[in-house]
Amino acid sequence: MLKFTEDHEWLNVAGDIATVGITDHAVEQLGDLVFIDLPEVGAQLGKGDAAATLESVKAASDVYCPLDGEIVEVNEAIVNDPSIVNADAQGAGWFFRLKLANAADAEGLMDEAAYKAMVE
Amino acid sequence: MSDTTELLRTPLTSLNVALGGKMVDFAGYEMPVQFPDGVMKEHLHTRAKAGLFDVSHMGQVILRPKSSRYEDAALALERLVPVDVLGLKPGRQRYGLFTDAKGGILDDLMFANRGDHLFVVVNAACKAQDLAHMRAHLSDACEIEEQTGRGLIALQGPAAEAALARLAPEAAEMAFMEVRDMALAGAHCIVSRSGYSGEDGYEISVPGDKAVDLTETLLENPDVRPIGLGARDSLRLEAGLCLYGNDIDTTSTPVAAALEWAVQKVRRNGGARAGGFPGADVILPEFDKGAARRRVGIAPEGRAPMRAGTELFFGEGDSTPVGRITSGGFGPSAEAPVAMGYVAARLAEPGTRLFAELRGKRLPVAVATLPFITPRYKR
Repeated sequence: MLKFTEDHEWLNVAGDIATVGITDHAVEQLGDLVFIDLPEVGAQLGKGDAAATLESVKAASDVYCPLDGEIVEVNEAIVNDPSIVNADAQGAGWFFRLKLANAADAEGLMDEAAYKAMVE
Repeated sequence: MSDTTELLRTPLTSLNVALGGKMVDFAGYEMPVQFPDGVMKEHLHTRAKAGLFDVSHMGQVILRPKSSRYEDAALALERLVPVDVLGLKPGRQRYGLFTDAKGGILDDLMFANRGDHLFVVVNAACKAQDLAHMRAHLSDACEIEEQTGRGLIALQGPAAEAALARLAPEAAEMAFMEVRDMALAGAHCIVSRSGYSGEDGYEISVPGDKAVDLTETLLENPDVRPIGLGARDSLRLEAGLCLYGNDIDTTSTPVAAALEWAVQKVRRNGGARAGGFPGADVILPEFDKGAARRRVGIAPEGRAPMRAGTELFFGEGDSTPVGRITSGGFGPSAEAPVAMGYVAARLAEPGTRLFAELRGKRLPVAVATLPFITPRYKR
């Protein structure tokens, strides 16, 4: 199940695990990424908490935790090479995996059609 | 997206849009911050081949001496800048600073001895103020003629010489900071061998109605790509060059800004034309006693870029800052974050370890020698 937030994050939800990244649209706006700071595995985050920091050639921005949950895995590859996110934001450029506190919370997020309508 | 409807345009604005430029408001002008290549590729292309920049928003001004004698225009301009204008040879260009009565910097500029007049280029954001300043102080000796009808193009990078020599072979003969009249693609241009990227290259003043033709001709060469203001900023930062408004302003003196080289000996104490510019009583003693703070390079030890406004501390737990970053970001050629800023003079030695406060954390940085790259100016 692919879901989106108003902060331009995507979530690929399988059971109670959500893989989270930023959208192609977000990457296009940010330009070349040069630095990514990811959360610690094991961090308990609430919806809207700053989960990751990223810097592009232009500016710094935060990536917010889209739902309540625990960070269970982070993508170290993008820390070593942020350009992976520019090349494949909605695939190899994922940021972290979140064990959702309530799997049903994801139902309330936008689907792809609603997200596309929002950014157009 | 920013609203660009009320902005001023340059002779190249339509072409910049057609080339896919992402247009933003810069100093009241609609300017491309990047093209489809993106800032990183544009930056690296400029250092590898050649980049073409529209810098037509900058102010081009002729100071024409009423006496028709260059010396009179030169001595008049020397009343506003701590720089040797009189000693500049015909066909040569030099960097200068407008100073204020407190010793601060009002703007930086380039000026050229054009034989019977001075040709001056000032920053877009300071243009109106600089013109008013020159009209108020130089009108007794000079006509002050803003060249509103001209475009300004910078061609920068190791392939710039070959690219321009295709249009005019004599471009290859020019020395660094030399200025010549040249016919390029049928346009009468004023060409200087200079720029603001740390690379060899040229700045080309072109009649506005010929600017698109010339730009398109240069872009036919696959080595030449259009470059936006984003890469212009990262290129000049790596090259250790100041951005007016960030790294120098009315609170920084030439010595604090580490721009002593821009003040020739003839204008310093003991020189034949010492002083005689605004703030001389503040600026000249600093050549002997130093300034309280100094502009330096700042190299973050980690990967996180540090932007303008980031405060610097001596001890990891100190509460009083000892400096501040004035320009910073990621250096694509340095392959690391790079920055410059001001620190207390006692901490200006390269290698000095400081801490920068970033998002509530104190991260180590080192005072670094500028520039971060090896400049490749033509010598």
